[in-house]
This record gives sequence, C-alpha cells and structure tokens, in this order.
Amino acid sequence: MGYTIRVKEELIPGQTTMMVIEAPQIAKKAKPGNFVMLRVSEHGERIPLTIADCDAEQGTVTIVYLVVGKTTAEMNTLKQGDQFMDVCGPLGKATHIEKSGTVVCVGGGTGIAAMHHIAKGHVEAGNRVIAIIGARSKNLLLFCTELSSFCPEVRIATDDGSEGHKGFVTEILKDILETEDEVAEVVAIGPVPMMEAVCRVTLPFGTKTTVSLNSIMVDGIGMCGACRCTVGGKTLFACVDGPEFDGHQVDFGELKSRLWQFKKQEEESMELFSKECRCNG
Amino acid sequence: MADKKRKVRARTPMPHQDPIERGTNFNEVALGYSREQALIEAERCLQCKKPLCQQGCPVNIDIKGFIACLVDDDLKGAYDTIRQTNSLPAVCGRVCPQETQCEGQCILGKKHEPVAIGRLERYVADTFAAQSACEDVTDLSTCALEREDLKVACIGAGPSSLTVAGYLAGRGIKVDVFEALHEPGGVLVYGIPEFRLPKAVVARELDGLKALGVTFHTNWVGGKTITIQDLLDQGYNAVFIGVGAGLPRFLGVPGENLVGVFSANEYLTRVNLGRAYEFPNYDTPAYKARRVAVLGAGNVAMDAARTALRMGADEVSIVYRRSEEEMPARWEEIEHAVEEGVRLRCLCGPASFHGDNQGRLKAMTVQKMALGDPDESGRCSPVCIEGETEQLQCDMAIIAVGTRPNPVLLEATPDLTLNKWGYIEADPETGETSIPNVFAGGDIVTGAATVISAMGAGRRAAKTIAERLI
Repeated sequence: MGYTIRVKEELIPGQTTMMVIEAPQIAKKAKPGNFVMLRVSEHGERIPLTIADCDAEQGTVTIVYLVVGKTTAEMNTLKQGDQFMDVCGPLGKATHIEKSGTVVCVGGGTGIAAMHHIAKGHVEAGNRVIAIIGARSKNLLLFCTELSSFCPEVRIATDDGSEGHKGFVTEILKDILETEDEVAEVVAIGPVPMMEAVCRVTLPFGTKTTVSLNSIMVDGIGMCGACRCTVGGKTLFACVDGPEFDGHQVDFGELKSRLWQFKKQEEESMELFSKECRCNG
Repeated sequence: MADKKRKVRARTPMPHQDPIERGTNFNEVALGYSREQALIEAERCLQCKKPLCQQGCPVNIDIKGFIACLVDDDLKGAYDTIRQTNSLPAVCGRVCPQETQCEGQCILGKKHEPVAIGRLERYVADTFAAQSACEDVTDLSTCALEREDLKVACIGAGPSSLTVAGYLAGRGIKVDVFEALHEPGGVLVYGIPEFRLPKAVVARELDGLKALGVTFHTNWVGGKTITIQDLLDQGYNAVFIGVGAGLPRFLGVPGENLVGVFSANEYLTRVNLGRAYEFPNYDTPAYKARRVAVLGAGNVAMDAARTALRMGADEVSIVYRRSEEEMPARWEEIEHAVEEGVRLRCLCGPASFHGDNQGRLKAMTVQKMALGDPDESGRCSPVCIEGETEQLQCDMAIIAVGTRPNPVLLEATPDLTLNKWGYIEADPETGETSIPNVFAGGDIVTGAATVISAMGAGRRAAKTIAERLI
C-alpha cells in the first residue's frame, strides 16, 4: 500500500513545503485538528504532522512542514510520485467546533496551515471567523489565498511591515478583543512563543483560548507518554487528550524544555544527512 | 530408563552470552540448547500419566507429547504437537514465565529441579524453523483459506491477536489483522528487547502466519482509521480486539515531567521499534545518560534497566518500594540484570525529581521504606520510614509502574461495556464482549499481564469464533 505524493509544492523555497498525499482511509475520517504520524523510509523516525486539509473524494490529505531536522530535510528530497513508507491516522481529538458566534483564528509559521483547516470548519459551522496570520515578512506568509477564499476577514501582521500591520499578530488580536462585542473563542496555532503570547493577551479578557501543542511524539496513539504536558496541573497526553487544550491552563515553560530533549541527537542526524547529500550530489 | 533407582539428573543449564560482554551488545543473552543438551534434558521428563505441566500452560500445550517426540528424535512431530495449540512457540519458549506455569507444576520440581520445558520448546521451534522453513510453508498453504466466505478481523497485532489469527487461519478462515504501528508484533516488537527476543524470531513467527493466509494491515488505528462498526459493516463475521494495555502510568510525584524522565514504554519503543540502538544509522534517538534510575521491578523494568546499560549508562539502579522477595519480574530476568551490573535499591520509594535550570533531571529524592502487613495482592506492603530520605544522583529516570486502559478504541466504541477499572468486559470463557460477535482479550481486558496469558485469551476467543462459524 503506497502513500504516494500527488502534489508537492514549495511554499517558501528551502523552508516550507506542502504535500498532498494519497491516503484514502485517512482522508475518509480526518477532521480539523487531527494529525498523522509518518515515516519517510525504513530507517526513518516517526514524526507527527497536523493535517492541513483533506479531500475524502480524492482520497488525499495535505500536510505542510517546515524543514527543521533530518526527517523534514529528507522529506524535501522526495518528489511528486514518490511514496512515504508509512502514514498513520487520523490521530488526536478533532477540534471542538460548534456554532458559537465570532471566532478569532490566529496562525503563525507553518501553524497557519493547520489553523486554516480549523477556520474552514468554523466557517462551515456558521461562525463568523476572523483570521489573523503573521510572519517576519510578506514573502513568508502562507495560505493567504486559501484563507481568503472562504474567510471574509483575514488580517495580516509582518515584522517588517511589508504587508498588513507592522508588528505582531497579538497586537491585532488585542485590538479585536477591545473593539468586538463578543468573541466566543480564540484559536492559536503556531510556534510555542506565539501561542503563549496569545494566551497572555486573551487572559485579561477571559476569552476561551484553544492552542494546539506540538509535543514530541513516538507512537502518537497514547502508548508512550512522550508528548505529556501539564494542563491545569494535570499530566495529559497531547496525542490522545489533545493536541488542542485550553491555552490558559498549559504549562508552556515545561513544553518548551521538553521540545529540546533530543537537540543534540537531532543535530548529529542533520549533520550526517547534509554530508551524505553532498557526497551524492 | 528401566533403572527405577536412577539418580535424577540435574537440569541442563542454558548456555549464555558472557555477562560482561553482553552488557555491551544487543545480541540474544540465552543462546539455546544444542541437540545433545536438548536430548539430555528431554530424557529427564517422567512422562507422567496425568501431566500437570499441561494444566499449568495457558494455551494447554501437550507438553508430555512433544517431549516424547523429542526423545524419539522426531523433531517434526514435536513441532506439530506444540503448534496444535501455540502459534508462537519460539516466542513462548523465550519469554513465558515457565516457573509459575508449566515448570511450576512439574512433578520433578517437588524434590528436584523441574524439566526445562521452556528451553525445550525454544529448541524445537528454532531447530524446526532452521531445518525446514521452505517445507513448512508449502505444507501449510495447502490447508489455508478453505472458506473464503468466512472472514475475521483482529485489531492490534500483538500476542493475543496473533494467536486468534493462527488458530482461525489454520482452520481455513480468512483473517485480516489491523495494526496501528508500522510493524506487526505488538509488545513483541516495541516492548521486549532484542537481547531477550530477537526481532528475527518474531519475524519468523509472523511469516508462519502469513503463509497460512493471514493478512497484516499496518498503520490502521482501531477506533481512528477504522472502527468496529466499519468492520462489521464490511462483512467480517467476527472482530477480535487485542489492542494491548495502553497509556503508561506515572507516579504523580513532583518533577515527573522534567526532561530525562521517561516512561518505560517510550524508552523501550524508541530503542526497540525505532532501533535507537543503531542511531544514527536509524533516525529515532534515545536519550543518553550516565546514571539511570528505573522505578518499578517487573519484567518491563528489568528490560528497561538492561537496555539502559547497553545504551552506555555507567550506573543503572532498580528503585523498588518493597524487597527483592516481592519483585514481580521473573527470577531469571532479575538474575540476568544483576549479573550484567544493574544495582537493586530495594525498600526505596520515589519522592520527587529535581532538575537543573534548563529543566533537565539531575537527581531524585528517595524515601526509605520498610515492609508492613500483607496487602490485597498478598505481598507485604511498603511503609514509609518517616524522615528517612536519600538523594540519588541520576540524569535519567525510567518509570515502569504499569499502564492504564488506552482510550482510543474505547472512546470510539461507546457500546462496549467496560469494567470498573476501565478495561473491556469480556466473558472469561468465550472472550465475547457486550457487542455480539465482537471479542476481546489480552491486556485490554486484564490490564498489563504476560504474553502467554494474552495468548490464552486469544485461544479461547478463537475457539468460540471457530465453533460459531464452522
């Protein structure tokens, strides 16, 4: 059974890539918020990636990844028509979506991809969605077109002011919270510091804030406990209890330190891989 | 044999890899009997009229029968006899707690040492596979898949499902096994280390099942990729749930989520399934540590401790609240661990973990314990000695104190009745759950137990399924 790459598109060259992968049984079941575990090849590591989109009819799921280590670098060498060794899912609890009014969806970096899937779900449920996306610069923004296709309100923040607001997504968010009558929920997906900053902004407003945690995982099905995080003082597993949690309850400091656990080995793997690449090339 | 007054010969020792040498590699520790050793040991069997050993075996192997074949130099006969009731003999010969099952019942054991039934089972399985692998495959395929109209699905590809698959496929029923991980085998591949159960041995047993027509579908998560209802809708006559134990338990003491504190499941899965012992040739990393504390003293704890030693730790301790007497691991595993240099720190309970300013574990506080009155498990209970604590320097801690039910399949199957501990309620005789024609067995019914007890449950369920279908 092959997990063939139908489409590969470099969204930001050398940095962020989108892939549409053939996985009919997963596509049939996937919902916003779910993730997959995948393995590139026989010697590869299992890594979790959020499902950015899915098409049950075509039997495909879409993933978006940032090249950060050996596995994602190796994924970047795959071409359209190549196959993944393993794709497993859909995993994790789906996003809780109900008709609730105005929902603000904040996305940063590759997290915009996952956020876009959730925003779509909220729009379909009849909610008014305000999307805020941020990046360092205009050319690093993702999914603007896709988001605008279904979401009438897309707000942009760039560090250098090359597009939209010059500054952070949190500044736009704060502005919205101050001016809107009622925001039912804020959803934030992106780098940990961004999600943490969003929670800091929403806390004084008492707005329900959902974050999607990108913990290290091994099996992704609740067997190993690698992804455990402290939420509201309790130890929970991001793979089966999450990956989405109440952001105001999350111990972000612990999450950050746990994400660095294998830094040394990751660097070793990456170094070896870059060398191999040069030898072959 | 005619001499009734003959002296009972001592049990034939198992050849082992040197303890110092083996602490540095992942090769199998127990090397297996030679033909001569197996024959000498087989001849110790008294061939009792009423063999108690068979009653002690959860899958009811005709032990007396297979040993008689061995004595007659009929290897195929011995193998076939075992395979009648056990589809994983090379596994069971290695990891079963024989001392409390077959060998625990052996009459010779009353005054002397029991017959080494496990070692003989392993000898038969290994030698038969080596001698006649090809012949075996052709033999089996002729009897498989007589009833294309009957099909059974197993969720999870661990010992209980593999037993169900072997039993039913051998009777001509089509079996599809759905496994969530990328390799079938369950605990046999992610949990039990290479040095105790080589992956090649598991692969051989899986090949035997494939030859019978069993199909394995990997990356299918029961309750996520496919639900019980999906399978029934697809026309499966019966579904067997063998998804294993699930979520690791943690201790609930401060500092438990520091970097460097792992569950045994994570540590073993990285090393075994992810082949982290071959890092960076394989990509999955394992945490490197010099001083390791393992909390718990069951077989999983022993496996974790011995693995940490092989991964290069200088010092590995088992930290256990009771005394050596009460350790739940097989005696052989404890002995092997100690021989290899694992230190046992008994009557010590974990009180808290301490980290450096980057959130990495550097020490733990250990509470000294004493033995109190027996608790509901029948073992002496551990009692805190007030005020007596100790600092233990460690840069890795592995928690091996058991598991609780995995919610993934259970949440997706609301009709399934669970018991008060949250495990699936299944009829002890038939294995049937609250959903008709849906069966369950192994750790998801009993909580964490042994490979062989999961196989016993699989066998009972398979028997019921076969009776209904054929």
